[in-house]
Amino acid sequence: MNIRKTLSTIAAGILLSLAAGQTVAADSIKIGSFLAVTGGASFLGDPELKTLQLYIGEINAGGGVNGKQIELVHYDTGGNPKKSVSFAKRLIQKDKVDLIIGGSTSGSTLAVMPLVDKAGMPFISLAGSVKIIKPVKRWTFKMPHTDAMAAAKIFGDMKRRGISKVALISGSGGFGKSGRTQSLALAPQYGIEIVSDESYGKKDTDMTAQLTKIRDTDAQAILNFGFGTGPAIVTKNVRQLGITLPLYQSHGVASKKYIDLAGDSAEGVRLPAAALLVAEMLPDTDPQKPVLLDYKRKFEAKFGPVSTFGGHAYDGLHIALEAIDRAGSTDKEKVRDQIEKTQGFIGTGGVYNMSPRDHLGLSLDAFKMLEIKNGDWTIVQ
Amino acid sequence: MKRLSGFYLLAALVVLLPIIFPDNYYVTVVGVTALLHAILAVGLNLLMGYAGQISLGHAAFFGIGAYTSAILTTRYGWDPWAAIVVGIALTGSIAFLVSRPILRLKGHYLAMATLGLGIIANIVLVQAGDFTGGPDGLGDIPTLSLFGWALDTDLRWYWVMGATMLGTVWIALNIIDSRSGRALRALHGSEVAAEMMGINTTATKTGVFVLAALTASLAGSLFSHQQSFISPDSFSFFFSIELVTMVVLGGMASTYGAVFGAVVLTFLPELLVVFEDFEVMIFGAILMLMMIFLPQGIFVGLQTPFRRRLTRRESPIADTPGE
Repeated sequence: MNIRKTLSTIAAGILLSLAAGQTVAADSIKIGSFLAVTGGASFLGDPELKTLQLYIGEINAGGGVNGKQIELVHYDTGGNPKKSVSFAKRLIQKDKVDLIIGGSTSGSTLAVMPLVDKAGMPFISLAGSVKIIKPVKRWTFKMPHTDAMAAAKIFGDMKRRGISKVALISGSGGFGKSGRTQSLALAPQYGIEIVSDESYGKKDTDMTAQLTKIRDTDAQAILNFGFGTGPAIVTKNVRQLGITLPLYQSHGVASKKYIDLAGDSAEGVRLPAAALLVAEMLPDTDPQKPVLLDYKRKFEAKFGPVSTFGGHAYDGLHIALEAIDRAGSTDKEKVRDQIEKTQGFIGTGGVYNMSPRDHLGLSLDAFKMLEIKNGDWTIVQ
Repeated sequence: MKRLSGFYLLAALVVLLPIIFPDNYYVTVVGVTALLHAILAVGLNLLMGYAGQISLGHAAFFGIGAYTSAILTTRYGWDPWAAIVVGIALTGSIAFLVSRPILRLKGHYLAMATLGLGIIANIVLVQAGDFTGGPDGLGDIPTLSLFGWALDTDLRWYWVMGATMLGTVWIALNIIDSRSGRALRALHGSEVAAEMMGINTTATKTGVFVLAALTASLAGSLFSHQQSFISPDSFSFFFSIELVTMVVLGGMASTYGAVFGAVVLTFLPELLVVFEDFEVMIFGAILMLMMIFLPQGIFVGLQTPFRRRLTRRESPIADTPGE
């Protein structure tokens, strides 16, 4: 085999496909996206991309928006903020998209925010951190609930049950740390005292030491902010130590996997979660129910179990397209104004009511307080 | 003149590209990243390629520089230039302190120790949340300004990054051709033999380790002002590996090779995005093929036969491989 021939064939192949990538449909709405489809955060980016592709295909088949077809330009960041910045610049300068939906992780989103602000590009983020919308940045909007909202929902429920002393235990990852900060900041507003503040590492397999310390305090409930297997281990350890205090988890464990991992110990655990998780159980009067069931049916027909992360992409895409429709053009200034005027949009995350002071637009009602009973979710009324 | 002819060629290329393509995404955006990577790779190549000491924790020094600049300018309102100098001084001291115990190790053990260093630095960035902003990172880092000339466009950053890269390459080339450069290469060949020749191997190794760290720190400071937002993800173990790959891919012990490796590894993923789902696979396949067919690195691998042909025509005696 001739090396030179092989290499030149590869080079020719690359050039050909580069040329093929240049063809662009005339007069279309260009939506740019950069998501963490591979890498450690792929559980976020993968369903997000699938959702965008699914719905853009469907809308195009139905004639598009304002008679224009929608074109999706997508790049995979692997969750790397540096790549996100470079791809966001590419979307703005080279692909000249009309709007960006993306930034699966908070790091990616925060890294591109100065950029979109300077370029005047409407940007809908799919990441969690409250820093994205506080303080409000003119061109950045956000779909998912914040961890501050989760903490507020939990403290609200505790207050109703007459709990005033809480032991906090959190994971050391980004999610757990951010949740801990928000919990500490919010607790006083609800008249709640954090009597113990423990943490555990990502790969820890036993948290009995921290929980034994908590047992010796006068806490009336335990709150665990964490992601992955950590919270399931905490749940098991709590019951193994014979602690009977109410246990609260965050929305980070809102998946069936948590119940499977924690088993019987998960009985009675409470957590805030997006309504998508319990779509079937919602009362028929709930305006979100048809939207949730429809999204769930379509996604699951093609890709398997639905996740709330894909739902954020659904919300972002529809809010963006409705704004473009109302603006009657893809003029960036007008589209931005219309996104900000989004009122009563019923999405998978909740009912969005945006304003110049609120670029998220969700209220605490967007979270449902769930309790695990008989190995399944139930809604706490 | 002849010794630096490659340098003038590189300088001409760096200067001409943005003049010919002033508004090209690949020049002013990807190009700036490639230049940044080149600064890091040239520094690391001094340590890896010439002195033969592996480092799997180079991102740590890059991160210390970046975070020093970011923290001093955002939290304490320092002048960015003063922050860069402090960053370099701090990184240099840290590198000096750890170099003594670390550089006693060889081979796999040195690789493991530097790997540990990189991971520890990353954990500190994540855990010292009150100071570093934790996993969410630090934002609103002001941009640099040069004699009242604010670096607020990609093109301006290109010039600054380009000048810094050329400066780094120039310094690297001069070090290699100096007495200490020869000491480095002797060290690479055989540490015992080098010592027998009267080379203070400990001082030489420490010196080159600190120098590589200083370059990384400067690059880190520039990076944080250019991006205006940094988070620990950019300074992870994977970035250290990426830098090592750049040096190896371009060709060890060749400054131009390091620059070349940095440019290739920065542009390749950008060009491969058209393959969508297959880009990572194709990227891996290309790297594998290159290492199979050009194991001494692309730049060195392509340069050697070319040079041999040239010299054969001029004189019957072949040039000794080096540089």
